[in-house]
This record gives sequence, structure tokens and C-alpha cells, in this order.
Amino acid sequence: MKKVVSTSLLGFALMMSASSLAFAQDKTAKIGVLNDQSGLYADVTGVGSTLAAQMAVEDSGLAAKGWKIEVVVGDHQNKPDIGVNIVRQWFDRDKVDVIVDVPTSSVGLAVNNVVKEKNGVYLNSGSGTSDLSNAQCSPNTIHWAYDTYQLANGTGSAMVKSGGDTWFFLTADYAFGSALERDTTNAVTAMGGKVLGSVRPPLNTADFSSFLLQAQTSKAKVIGLANAGGDTINSIKQASEFGIIKGGQKLAGLLMFISDVHALGLPVAQGLSFTETFYWDLNDGTRSFSKRFQERMKNKAMPTTVQAGVYSSLIHYFKTLDAMGGNSHDGLKIVDKMKATPTDDIIFGKGTIQPNGRKLHPAYLFEVKKPEESKGPWDYYKLVATIPADQAFTPLDKSACPLLKKT
Amino acid sequence: MTTITENAIPSPRRTVKDEMVAFAIMTALLLVVPLTGVYPFFVMQALCFALLACAFNLLIGYGGLLSFGHAMFLGTAGYCTAHALKVWGLTPELGIVVGVAAAAALSVVTGLIAIRRQGIYFAMITLALSQLLYFVYLQTPFTHGEDGIQGIPQGTLFGLFNLSKPITLYYVVLAGFTLGFLIIYRAINSPFGEVLKAIRENEPRAVSLGYKTDQYKLLAYILSGTLAGFAGALKVFVAQNASLTDVHWSMSGEIVLITLVGGLGTLFGPVVGAFVIIAMQQYLAGFGQWVTVIQGVIFVVCVLTFRRGVIGEIAHYFKRSL
Repeated sequence: MKKVVSTSLLGFALMMSASSLAFAQDKTAKIGVLNDQSGLYADVTGVGSTLAAQMAVEDSGLAAKGWKIEVVVGDHQNKPDIGVNIVRQWFDRDKVDVIVDVPTSSVGLAVNNVVKEKNGVYLNSGSGTSDLSNAQCSPNTIHWAYDTYQLANGTGSAMVKSGGDTWFFLTADYAFGSALERDTTNAVTAMGGKVLGSVRPPLNTADFSSFLLQAQTSKAKVIGLANAGGDTINSIKQASEFGIIKGGQKLAGLLMFISDVHALGLPVAQGLSFTETFYWDLNDGTRSFSKRFQERMKNKAMPTTVQAGVYSSLIHYFKTLDAMGGNSHDGLKIVDKMKATPTDDIIFGKGTIQPNGRKLHPAYLFEVKKPEESKGPWDYYKLVATIPADQAFTPLDKSACPLLKKT
Repeated sequence: MTTITENAIPSPRRTVKDEMVAFAIMTALLLVVPLTGVYPFFVMQALCFALLACAFNLLIGYGGLLSFGHAMFLGTAGYCTAHALKVWGLTPELGIVVGVAAAAALSVVTGLIAIRRQGIYFAMITLALSQLLYFVYLQTPFTHGEDGIQGIPQGTLFGLFNLSKPITLYYVVLAGFTLGFLIIYRAINSPFGEVLKAIRENEPRAVSLGYKTDQYKLLAYILSGTLAGFAGALKVFVAQNASLTDVHWSMSGEIVLITLVGGLGTLFGPVVGAFVIIAMQQYLAGFGQWVTVIQGVIFVVCVLTFRRGVIGEIAHYFKRSL
């Protein structure tokens, strides 16, 4: 009897080691790019993010080492239900390992819960909500490219530093707008600036004239646009018609991407200030990536911060997989290892990942060039200030992430 | 209003037997779904929308009232159920009760206002009320604005059924759908339903026959709103989130579309329509940016080739009512 037990134990142990061996040699990975391919955020994310993911697969050099990596794409149409169902199906059926991109905060947060439940890996570059590394953080998630706190804080503090010390806000009248205004106000007052007032146009306002006039008469040096999407575009266009920037006031966008500037055109967007963590013309690394990216894009667009973030996050993911010698398909383990490894890529340079899942890298305050300063297509930004990585994002002691309380 | 309903709604003789057979086939198919390879979450989602569209169809197909604000019932019930489950920590059955009660209360209030007008004015009033509510939900703190309520616990229904198991959840949702469907079936095949149809065909004549049409319309509106709310409450367990998409006007539009594709004024049309539309959203997602183009083409084809909707055309071909 004893012998039977010990032999079966031995057999079991052998089986275990065999299976763990099989694990170690499992060199496959499946990437799910989930974003908006046809709607509001299609230019910021969309096909560009898919391309960025494919480029990351090619540049990782894992194929030469015998890896098989597959990229699948889904359009969540900005609806959380659809996003959740796609991701569930990806995990249950298609054995996807990692979800990247995912713009629109409601979808981004909904997917966050599913990935945690399925123990996958979630590298979000598309959503702005700082909740992803704050109250709703998850051990399976890394929030990669940017967040609203970083945008507000970066723009607020850097603008004050470069002389814009009195502010007036045009705030979209809902939670998102108020959060942006609050974070920016904190940054402005912390740097010794002053907020002179704010107006709250309702969401999807068509006519900003009365709000802009109030902003103009406030004589504030900076007018902060705490809004997003169509509201931002409309308010910038109308501000240009009112000659606000020509009148000496500065316009600060709190959520802008290069695709927005491209759509507005330099004559309208000139003089606008905002923060981004990536610009194609920052250094040799970003230029080489962006040129290759642009060549392969059908509409010859330069990569946005989000698309570059997708590339950067996957490069780090592949590096980690390579270092682990195989894909264990265990999301927790992989994310832990990713957090423990310092990041280094051509997009964001050297960086780290905080325990709450926040990826750290420098942010930059840009000003949009005047048409005569621009040397060619996509030459849009002037670098005004650099915000170092350790100051750009939510400080750890202010993060409400439950993961931080374990230790 | 009559211009819409006259052409679109088939009115051949009703035979209870046909409907029984169709119902038996539908239920049998839905019962065995988990055994086949079809992804259960997709079917659950479709069932919620099917119930929603059936509720909507009760109002337009049988009462001739085109509501363009049914998303408000879906969203209200969704938010209330989600809040009850997540913040108050209620059990699933109580959560559903809270959601459905909220939708019922909302339908009483909005119904009293809306049924005073007909046709396009009725549609516009319901749209206006639902937009009003959309902005309320955008602002109130408990909905978390555009982030939505996330990570809602599914819990254990009646302390017996663990809803975090997909199979259990599937049969609970199916039971909920069937219950709602049967309530609608009963309502349509009752004297109340006959009066509703009379109002749809010719309201002044119904009034002249001594019916207090406003009361009938209000009752139909409340029933429809409450059942739409029931669909919203069920959907919370499937999607585990409640967000602004569910109260947005485009959701109301989607409900209209589902019903039109399936067949306006047919019993089973909305169910088929829901499966078609939800399948399109889910399975075309892989086509990336082509999703909306493909959807558009399919709708154009629908409108050009089968104006009565899928079930409407089938029923017309066999000269039966389904």
C-alpha cells in the first residue's frame, strides 16, 4: 500500500514537473486590441493602435526566438456592455492573454473588472480616468500612457511656472469636468497662482460665446478648458473667432491629442497649450518610431500618445515574457514581474511602474506653433517645459489604491 | 401615427395554436443554448434586449404609441439595481425589486405627462423626458458620471442560485425573460389588449364606444416601462456595470431599430430583432472600423426588402400571426 502511494506520488511529481516544463516552453501569446474603431476616439486610438501593436510584435524580436504571437482586434463602439462581452469572450474562448488600449473611461473601468476576474493582463493606454490606478486599481492592470490627474496637474503647474499665474475655467458641467478643474486648481494654487473664476457650460454646448466673453473679461492670463471631445473643439474654434489668444490670453486644453490639433489646423489651434507624455518629434527614438508608423498608416497620420503607449506597453510586456522564458498565462505573476522590471523604450525613455499600477514617465507642456513657425505637416508643437516623471503623476501617498495598504 | 402603423402591422386572423407552437420552439431553443457552442453571455445580453424590445413593442405595436424614451426605464432600473447591490449590499432579488419599482414609478410620472399627446408629439415628449433624465444621471454623484457603476457583485439569488456561475445566470435570465414575455402575451390576449388595439386603429371610435382611452394608454405605458425596467435590472447581472450608454437617446433608437428589424406588432419579432442586432454588434466587432458601415448596409437592405421585419414577413408569407 505504502509503495503504491509513494509510486503514485512520484508519478504525480513527475507529471507536475512535466507540466511545469510544458508551461515554461509555452511560447505563445495573444494580444487583444480593444478600442473605438469608428467613433469619437477612432483617430486617437482606432487602427493606429492596432498598427502600434503589430509593430511592437515585430520589434520585440520574439518571433526569431520561436514565439508565436497573435493580435486580435475588437471595436467596443464606446459601449461598456459590448466591451465587457468581447473581453469575456476573448478570455474564455480565444485564450487572449493581454488586453491593450481601451479608451472611454466607462469601458476602460468595466474591462478592468473582467480582466481581474479572468486573471489576465490589462495594459490601458486609452482611458484617462485616474481611478484605474487609484480607487479602482487592480493587481492585473497597468495604466500606461497618461491620466487626467497628470494632464491637469502638469498643465496647471507648468503654466504657472512659465508665467500664467491667473486662471479662469471653462468647465464642462459634469463629474469629469469638475475633476479636471479641481486637479488643475490644486496644482495652480500650489504653485502660487490664482483662480479668478469659472463658468460651467452644459455638456455638448454649441454656442460658447457668452462663456468665452466672461472668460475674456476676467482678464485671467490663462483660460483652462476643462472639457473633452466636441466641447473642446468647439470652444477652441470659437475662442479663435473671438481673438482670445491674439488678445494676449492663453488657452490651456486639459485633454488634447495631436489628432485634435491636426483636425483643427494650425490657424485655429495656434497658441494653445496642453500637456502630453509623447510627441513624435521629441528625440531620435520617437522620430524613428513615428516615421515608420506614419509610412504604414493609410492616412499618413503621426502616432498619438495613446497609440505610442500601446506600442511601449507591449514592448515591456514582451520583454518580461522573454525574461520569464515562456508564457505562464498567469496574469498576476506577469504583471508583478512587469512592475518589478524598470521600463526602457524608445517612446517614453526610462521609466518605472508603481505598485498601484501607474506607469511613470516624464510629461511635457507643449504650445501649438503659429502657422509660419511650422516647417511642414505634423510639425505642430513647441516644447515649453518638461515635468519629471516623479512629479508628473499622482503621488503614492495620495493614491487611494487598496493594493498599497497590503504592506 | 396611423401612417406608420397601417402598412407595417399585419392583421390576419390570430390563432393561439401558432403562437403556442412558436413559443414552444423558442423556449426549447433557448433552453438548449448552453449545451451548444454559442457563447452564453451573448445570448443573455440578447435576451435582456429582447425583453426590452418586447416591452417597447407592447406600446407601439399594440397601442400605437411610439416611445422614443424607453432607454430611461432601462437605465433607471439599471442604476437603481446596481446601486442597491453595490452600495446597499442588497440580495439580487431585492435589487431587482428596487430597480423595477423605480422604473414603475418613473413610468407613472412620465406616463401621466406623455399620454396627453399622440403621434410625433408623444414621441418627442418621451424623448425630452429621457434626455432630461440623462442629464440628471450625468450629474448625480451616485451614478459616477461617465465612469458608470462598475464591478457590481452578482450575489446569490434567493440564497440558492449562485449568479456568478454563467450557466446559473443564464437560466435565471432566461426565466426572467420568459416571465416578462408571458406577461406581455397575457396582456395582448386579454380584453385589455383588444381595447388597446382598438385605440391603435381608431382612437375617436374607441372613445365613442365609451372606453376611457387615456386610462388604457397609461396602463399600457406603465406596463411597458416596468417591463423595460425589469430588462434593465436583469442586464445589470449580465454586464456587471451600469453606465450612461443605457440612458442615452441612441439606446432608445436602438430599441426602435430592434423592433423594426424583427417586426413591429408581432409577438416574436422583437426577440428575433434583438438577436440580430446584438449579434451584429458583437460579431462584427472584429471587423474594426467597418462595423458601422456593415450595420448601415444591413439596415438599408432591411428597409428595402422586408419592411415588415423578419417575423412580420414570415407571418405575412404564411398568412399567420406570430
